[in-house]
Amino acid sequence: MTAATQTMRITYREAIRQAIREALQRDPRVFVMGEDVGRYGGCYAVTKGLLQEFGPERIRDTPLSESAFVGAGIGAALGGMRPIVEIMTVNFSLLALDQIVNNAATILHMSGGQFNIPIVIRMTTGAGRQLAAQHSHSFDGWYAHIPGLKVLTPATLEDARGMLWTALEDPDPVLIFEHGTLYNVEGDLAADAGAVNIGQAAIRRPGKDVSLITYGGTLGKSLQAAEQLAADKIDAEVVDLRTLRPLDTGTILDSVARTHRAVIIDEGWRSGSISAEISARIMEGAFYELDLPVARLCSAEVPMPYAKHMEEAALPQVATIVETVRRMMGGNG
Amino acid sequence: MVPQADPAQPTLQRTHALHLLSDMVRVRRFEEKCAELYSASKIRGFLHLCIGEEAVAVGAIQALTPDDAIVATYREHGHALVRGIPAKAIMAEMYGKQDGCSRGRGGSMHIFDAATRFYGGNAIVGGGLPIAVGLALADKLQGRSRVNACFFGDGAVAEGEFHECMNLAALWKLPVLFCCENNLYAMGTALKRSESETDLCLKAGSYEIAAWPVDGMDVLACEEAAHRAALEVRAGGGPCFLEFRTYRFRAHSMYDPQLYRDKQEVEEWKLRDPIALFQTRLREQELINDDDVKQIEDEVAAEIAHAIEFAEAGTLEPIDDLTKFVYSERQRS
Repeated sequence: MTAATQTMRITYREAIRQAIREALQRDPRVFVMGEDVGRYGGCYAVTKGLLQEFGPERIRDTPLSESAFVGAGIGAALGGMRPIVEIMTVNFSLLALDQIVNNAATILHMSGGQFNIPIVIRMTTGAGRQLAAQHSHSFDGWYAHIPGLKVLTPATLEDARGMLWTALEDPDPVLIFEHGTLYNVEGDLAADAGAVNIGQAAIRRPGKDVSLITYGGTLGKSLQAAEQLAADKIDAEVVDLRTLRPLDTGTILDSVARTHRAVIIDEGWRSGSISAEISARIMEGAFYELDLPVARLCSAEVPMPYAKHMEEAALPQVATIVETVRRMMGGNG
Repeated sequence: MVPQADPAQPTLQRTHALHLLSDMVRVRRFEEKCAELYSASKIRGFLHLCIGEEAVAVGAIQALTPDDAIVATYREHGHALVRGIPAKAIMAEMYGKQDGCSRGRGGSMHIFDAATRFYGGNAIVGGGLPIAVGLALADKLQGRSRVNACFFGDGAVAEGEFHECMNLAALWKLPVLFCCENNLYAMGTALKRSESETDLCLKAGSYEIAAWPVDGMDVLACEEAAHRAALEVRAGGGPCFLEFRTYRFRAHSMYDPQLYRDKQEVEEWKLRDPIALFQTRLREQELINDDDVKQIEDEVAAEIAHAIEFAEAGTLEPIDDLTKFVYSERQRS
């Protein structure tokens, strides 16, 4: 086995930790800041051990002041640093919305190009862990509405490992959404895995009958659904968006041009969602390629319930993806 | 034998006195001209004038070196002028011309200038405080001895960001000079109608921040306090908080009929007009004469006339450039 093909068994959590650790080793301007990132080791244990290695100046526990520490990250970025700010969960990021939307996303433009803000903000997103209506939402697509931000949704080990590097190289604010159900996902990752691009969608499973377009926490479900559909001789292509802003429209349209059918699987709410945006772009750019209307599988439009059966019912699932595609294919022969 | 006065000393005092007076007159006349230009529809959007509050910006900014940073509010023309951003660049900005300091992207409320480390022009009350904290954090992490002056009004103390930032700056002993311009009104809401505790220094003090009130109508008092505070901040002792007690003579913005305050109150404060007070004092001390005042007025009038000429002659940015500066054009590592 050569060095290039050596792999290691690793979790999504560990892949992110390695990326952060490497960034701290590589660039003295990088530091980590957030609630319980130090002594506690991170709410989801992503930053565990980093305090001991890099010390409290670079692994900074903050008060529960999302607006202040996210804004301080913006200021520190303006002052020449490369902050990685961790927000425990996407719902808490709403407390820092002023800083993210009114400052991080606007200052480059408002200043006529004088001040760019190279900040990386990481946060946990998504449902599936019975955390109810204040720890489970998917605002990834919501943030993708905002010009000035870049929105990344790593769904694979390679992206968990490699997106941070690229995000830190970026001169502008980058938000990284880590789906909470992914942290314990384990798999093989090339030992030399490194930076990955952050502007392109990826075909995770090629197919010719239908495009399953998804990202983040529903990529795994879509891939499983594709396997089940294969048993029915339905060859589904799975598109992992990877980046919600900028959205890689080209890869989406190319896929639809090949399969002529599209199902968008999105853990966000349907109304005004990223799935709505993707659907619109397919209409605008590939209308005559479509054999059928675009279908969408989104979360039920309710605050996320606690009870397991209710939460499951609220989310796109492998079975509902399979069922949607079967119905679609059945209706069209 | 009567000792001879040091001939250098009065000259120095006189030079400095003329400098302070000249800066206050510059700000006053500039603001008056802005009001005129607003009525003539040359300036649009919101326009907030600092007439009556000139001593604060002029006094406080004397304590800053070119390496220091300023974060200001939407009532920031005065600070920008005193900091050294050319009047013509500020005026062109308000004209919406690409020759403006923010290329016409910001307008009156968003003056930015990298050359003088002027980080806006923030039009979200309290929104600039986290940025100042972050700039200070970057200085601390990079071992730089710089002061980050953050201007905000009394209205900001009701915002959560104020309290989050007081705490964070004090907790991490960051070099922030908090300059609260207490003009008694958050737009139209009197401090006493919106705060259970109206002693603002007490609020800052509760976060273990050295805080003291300053007569914001006395430019020398403002200057002295700022020097004292900047010395402490620069020495690494953590933040200081100055409450400049001042008063806005004009309306909040150009759309304000001022129903919330008595004319009598305004007239009483006008008796403490910072420019008139300072002029009177200088005349009493025989440091200046009528010719000096005339010369200042003439120079200021010429500067403003030139600024308007520049703004009038400025060019509008091509519409093709509309989407520039949403993201940086070049990657920066």
